[in-house]
Amino acid sequence: MIEAETSGKITEPPAASPQTVFRHRLSTRIWHWVNAVAIIVMLMSGMMIFNAHPRLYWGQYGANFDRPWLVLPRFPGWATIPSNYDLALGRHWHLAFAWVLAFGLLGYLLWSLFNGHLKKDVALTRAEVAPAHLWEDIKKHARFDFHESEARYNPLQKITYSLVLFGLIPLVIMTGLTMSPGMNSALPWLVDLFGGRQSARSIHFICAAGIAAFIVIHLVLVVLAGPINEIRSMITGWFRLSPPPAKKSGEAS
Amino acid sequence: MIVNRRNLLVGGAAGLLTGCDALGRNEDFRKLLAMGEKGNFIIQRGLQDRMALAKEFRPEQRSPVFRINGTRQPQGPDYAAHMKDKFVNWQLAVEGLVARPQSFSVAQLMAGPKRTQITRHDCVEGWSAIGKWTGVPLKLVLDAAGLKTQARYIVFHCADKMGFGTDYYESIDLIDAFHPQTILAWALNDEPLLVGNGAPLRLRVERQLGYKQAKYVERIEAVDDLSKIRGGKGGYWEDGAGYEWYAGI
Repeated sequence: MIEAETSGKITEPPAASPQTVFRHRLSTRIWHWVNAVAIIVMLMSGMMIFNAHPRLYWGQYGANFDRPWLVLPRFPGWATIPSNYDLALGRHWHLAFAWVLAFGLLGYLLWSLFNGHLKKDVALTRAEVAPAHLWEDIKKHARFDFHESEARYNPLQKITYSLVLFGLIPLVIMTGLTMSPGMNSALPWLVDLFGGRQSARSIHFICAAGIAAFIVIHLVLVVLAGPINEIRSMITGWFRLSPPPAKKSGEAS
Repeated sequence: MIVNRRNLLVGGAAGLLTGCDALGRNEDFRKLLAMGEKGNFIIQRGLQDRMALAKEFRPEQRSPVFRINGTRQPQGPDYAAHMKDKFVNWQLAVEGLVARPQSFSVAQLMAGPKRTQITRHDCVEGWSAIGKWTGVPLKLVLDAAGLKTQARYIVFHCADKMGFGTDYYESIDLIDAFHPQTILAWALNDEPLLVGNGAPLRLRVERQLGYKQAKYVERIEAVDDLSKIRGGKGGYWEDGAGYEWYAGI
C-alpha cells in the first residue's frame, strides 16, 4: 500500500494522499545533505589530526610532560581521512570543509530565520515545554513508539536539533578558530573565553564527540521510524504520516 | 527494493573511504582542498591588524618543561665544532636582495637591542608549550642590511641536515618579518638556547605554528620569489610533506 504512491512521476507531489504531508522545505533539505557531507569529513579528518597527539589537556598549554585529562589510542585507519597517517593532508581536508560547515550553518540559520523555519518548526511552543507534555514525549520515546501523526517535530526532537544547531556546531567552530594562532592575535577574547588553547582543543573534541553521538542516535531513530520514508522525506520533502493504529476492542492495551 | 540495504551501507562506507583516499591523491582535488587554507591566509590577514600581537603570558604561566621537538641535535662535524666552542664562531649571514650583505656573530646580536616575550608555541600536532624568549627583533637585522624594494620574502636557512642532503629551511613574508614579536631568539627562559631548542639562534614568528619557528638559523636570505628556493614551497615541511606555507591555523 505504501508503494502505490511512488509509482507516479517525481515532479508530481503525491499530495493526493491525505496521509502524505510536505515536511521539509528545500533550504532544509539542501543544508541537511551538504552539512551531512561536511560533518562526516570534519569528524574523520579531525580524528586524523587528533591521532598526531591523542592527548587532551585543560588550560593554556599542554604537551608530553604535562598532565592530560584524557589519553586515547589512535583512531583506526577506517575511521580517518586519509586512512593512512598523513597530518598535512588531513589538515587540508579539515580546513577546506570547515568553510562548508561554517558558512553552510550560517547561511542555513539566516535563511531559516528569514523564512520562519526556526520559529515555526524548531522553537518549542509554550505547551510543549510544559513538564507533563515533555514527560509524555519521553515516555513515548522510551516505548520506542515512533508513530508520527503530524508533520511537526516532537519536543525532544526540537530540543536535540536546537542543541546541535545553536550549541554543538557553533561551539565546535569557535573552539576550532581558537586553536589558530593567527585568529588568537586577531580575536584575543576568543581564547580567553575558553580558558586557553588547550581547553579549547578539549572542548572542540568533546563537541565533536557530541556531534558523533547525535549522528548515531539520529541514524538509529531514522531506522526505527522507517528509513525509507524518513530518507525520502529529506530528499523530496514529502513525508508519509504514520498515526498510531486505532485500538481494537479485545486487544490488550 | 532491489538493492539490499545492508550491502548499500557497507559498500557505501567502504566506497566513501577509498573514494576519499583516491580524491586525496588527485592533484586537482588537492589544489581545491588547499584553497581552504589559502582562504584562511587571506581572511586572517584581513581580520588581523598587521601589528596585532600574539598573547603574552605571565612568568608563572610558563610550561614547567618546554618540549623539545624536531631535530634534537644537528648532525655533522661543523655543528659539533660549534657546540664545542659554545658557538663563538657562529655567524649569521644576511644576504640576497639586500643593499649591504653582512654577517653577525651571536655576541654582536646579543649586545644589541633585545626583546623578551612569554608566548605560546603551538605545534601543528596539537600540543602547546609556553616559554620566555629573548632575542633580537628581526626588523633590526633586516634594517641593518637594508632590504631592496624587490624583496618579498625572508628565507631562513638552518644548520639541521634532515637527511638526503636536504636542510631545514623556512620562510615568511614581510608582514611577519617586520612584526614586533618576530625575533631571532638566543635565550629560552633566561638561559642560552639548548641545542634541542635551536642553539644558538632560532626564529620566533608568534602568530604561526611550530614548524615555522626555524632552529639553528645560520643564513637569512631576502628573495622576491619562493619558487626558486629548494623545493619551491617555502619550507622543509612544505616541500616534503605538503604542509601549508601559511601556518596561522
